[in-house]
Formats: sequence, C-alpha cells, structure tokens
Amino acid sequence: MSEEQIKQSVLQQLAQLAPEADLDALGDEFNIREELEIDSYDFLTLLIGLNEQWGLEIPEADYEQLVSLGDIVRYISRRLP
Amino acid sequence: MGEFRMPSLGADMTAGILVAWRVGPGDRVSHGDIIAEVETDKGLFEVEAFEDGVVEQLLVQPGREKIPVGTVLATIRSAGAPSLGAESEAKERPGQRLKISPAARRRAAELHIEPGSLRGSGPGGAIQLRDVEQAAQGPQSAEKPITEPAVQKSAAEFQTGMRRAIAAAMSRSNRDIPHYYLETDIDMNFALQWLKDENAKRSIKQRLLSAVLLLKAVGRALEKVPQLNGHWIDGRLQVKKEVHIGFAIALRQGGLIAPAIHNVNLKSPGQLMASLGDLIGRARTGRLRASEMTESTITVTSLGDLGVKRVYGVIYPPQVALVGFGRISERPWAENGMLGVRPVLSATLAADHRATDGHLGAQFLEALSQALAKPESL
Repeated sequence: MSEEQIKQSVLQQLAQLAPEADLDALGDEFNIREELEIDSYDFLTLLIGLNEQWGLEIPEADYEQLVSLGDIVRYISRRLP
Repeated sequence: MGEFRMPSLGADMTAGILVAWRVGPGDRVSHGDIIAEVETDKGLFEVEAFEDGVVEQLLVQPGREKIPVGTVLATIRSAGAPSLGAESEAKERPGQRLKISPAARRRAAELHIEPGSLRGSGPGGAIQLRDVEQAAQGPQSAEKPITEPAVQKSAAEFQTGMRRAIAAAMSRSNRDIPHYYLETDIDMNFALQWLKDENAKRSIKQRLLSAVLLLKAVGRALEKVPQLNGHWIDGRLQVKKEVHIGFAIALRQGGLIAPAIHNVNLKSPGQLMASLGDLIGRARTGRLRASEMTESTITVTSLGDLGVKRVYGVIYPPQVALVGFGRISERPWAENGMLGVRPVLSATLAADHRATDGHLGAQFLEALSQALAKPESL
C-alpha cells in the first residue's frame, strides 16, 4: 500500500467530515484541525474511520502525532504490516 | 379530537414550512412517532406526535409557504382502545417497535447511528445490516424520507435565515432576561487523569470526550441547585425534575443549534457519548426532532476546542441558565502553600436574575467544581 493510496483514502474520510472544504488546497503539512475547522468530535470520527479502514487501534497518546495530512499518512504507513 | 398544529421549535420561531407528511389518513400514531417534517430558519426538523391516536385528516399539504405557529395542520382521533402492534402495518414506526435485525441493531450502535433514522430495505420495511452499512458510508447516502423539499435552500439563504433566527432569539433574550454572570476556575487534574485511564481501556469507538464529563458534572450540580434547571413562564419559575441539557453545536454551513440531550442524569458516560455522537451527527445532517428543540432545561456551550478561555453566554428563553466552558490550559495553581501547575478550566454561569440570585449561582459552580474533582462518581 503506497503512501499516495493511503493519502487518497484519508482524503476521502476528510471529505465526509468537511464536505464544503477544498481539499486540493490542503497542503500535506498544514494543521488539519485548524485548516478544516475540525473539532474534537470530528477528529474522533476521523480516527474511527481510519480504524475501520485499516484496522488500526490508535491510542490516545498518539493523537498529538496526527497534526497534518502528512503526519497521518506516515503514521498509518509505519503501522501497516 | 386532537389537533396537530404547527409547533414552535424555539423562542424565536413564528412560522414554519411543512415539508412533508410521514403519516397518512387512517394511520395509527403513538406519542413520540414522527408524523411530519418542518423546516425553519434553523433547518429541517422531524416533528413527533404528542398523543396516541389515529390520523383523520391532513388539512394542509406540504409546500413552500410559511405557516404560522399554531395553525392546525391535521386532526387526530384520540385512541380509545390500546394501540395495535406494529406487525399489522406495513409502515415502519420510528422509535416504536422498530423492525430491525439484531445484527443491524448492533452495527448501528457501534457506528453511533440512530436506528429510527434509517429506512429498511428488508421485508415489511425491516432494517437490515446492509441498510446500516449504507447509511454509514456518508450522511447523504442515508435513505431520505418520503418526499424531498421541492426547492433546496442555497447556502447563502440558509445562512441568512439562520442569522435571522439567532438575532431574534438573542435580542429577545438580552431584552427580556436580566442576566448575571459568575465564573470559576476548575482544577481538571483528576478529571483528565480519569478520562485518560478510561480511554486507555476502551477501543476507539467507545472513547469518551471530555464534554461527556462536563455534561455529567452539570447534571450532578443541578441536583444540588435545581432552581437553574427549568423554564421561566408567565412570571414564575417552573423547576423541572428531568435534566435535558441543550448542547450547543456549531454547524459547518454557519450558525449554531442547541438540541437537547435527554435525561443526562440517567445515562452513564458511555451512553452519554453515544447520545452526543448521535445528536451531533443528526444536527449536522438536518435530522433533529422537534422535542430536541423545545425540551432543554438548561444549555451548555463548550468552546474549548477553539481556544477560548472564558464564555459569557446569552440564555435561551424560556431557560434560566447557561453554562459556558472554555479551553483547558495549564496554569499555575497554589494549594497548601505550594505552587504547581494544573490543567485548569474556566466555567461560567449565565443566569436569569428573576429566577435565582448570585448565592445559588455560586453554589452551583462550587458543586460543579466538586463533581469534576470526583470523576469516578459521575
């Protein structure tokens, strides 16, 4: 599973949370919570979506690693078998 | 004979649009069944039947014209005999003997989807596992009710309407309600630690947000000061026994809505999290119910996510109080002559001075602080 494929999948999840957002303009290293105005409930929904997609249990301690789109893609890539 | 009238879904509402009927003449309805969809400036809402009965006549057809609050929309013959089982009708009755397979019900619970909001594709309108999975794919793919609104509101129209509704309500509140404000800083050390330990034990789908603890603590504090939990009607306070907390939710297309989470005191943190998730989901996709718009006994607004330190809110009539939470931030904290650093939360109470005085307000905030210091008992 390439990082690009992972990124597309994450973008799909983000599109559901922020349907009106221009995701093409979302840089890989921007803080997605700020850029997309995602609150803590939305963030949890995103993580649940990632959990369902990839089967990854993401501990609360890891949340702070997941700031940008790039961070999330790299995190998933590291954790996938 | 019962009359179903255009309901008022908030202090500011004067008229609504009848978007669709969910029942027809001859249908049996029970208290709580959804019988119509109404659109206001704040969005689309499902309206429940107040009493049991049989629908006689639909007096108004769905359309785009605004119908004044109180206009009779349908007549309902009150039930003399006990209502028959849903098995005798092909139609699905949301919230009443819902036809849903055990697998679908489990999956819906896992995904925080309200079973009553789904349409079933199985025999007799039964909800099957694939209906739940389909609904989970995205809010838009969930089956829409019988008719769509003839004209979709543009985003600009929605925002204008929403702002008009908020302007009316907030102006009225500030004009009619003599507000007083109290504030306190709460040490969230124990609460956050409890949350961390709890969430470490839970899989991601079961995790709790701190909002859940705040809601439970407000409920607990209201047991000590019930005078903040009620409605000011006709010049006097009606204290309510049940605690239905209106939770302020920001809508992505702009605007704010504060639907009620019912019976906060009777729910566990896990159940509250499920209710909260369900409510946020439905608020954002326009599937709230009329009862959720009118039954709040107090409102809580939490702006911590946005980095706001303190919230001075405006009470939503006929309620008599609003609790505001800011963000949790590390601050110096002095205790027993020693200085340390603690996670501190600013909580404010806006209250109606006709109903309570500062003394009761202060007792409430003290009770709130104590409740959050003992999270395991919430």
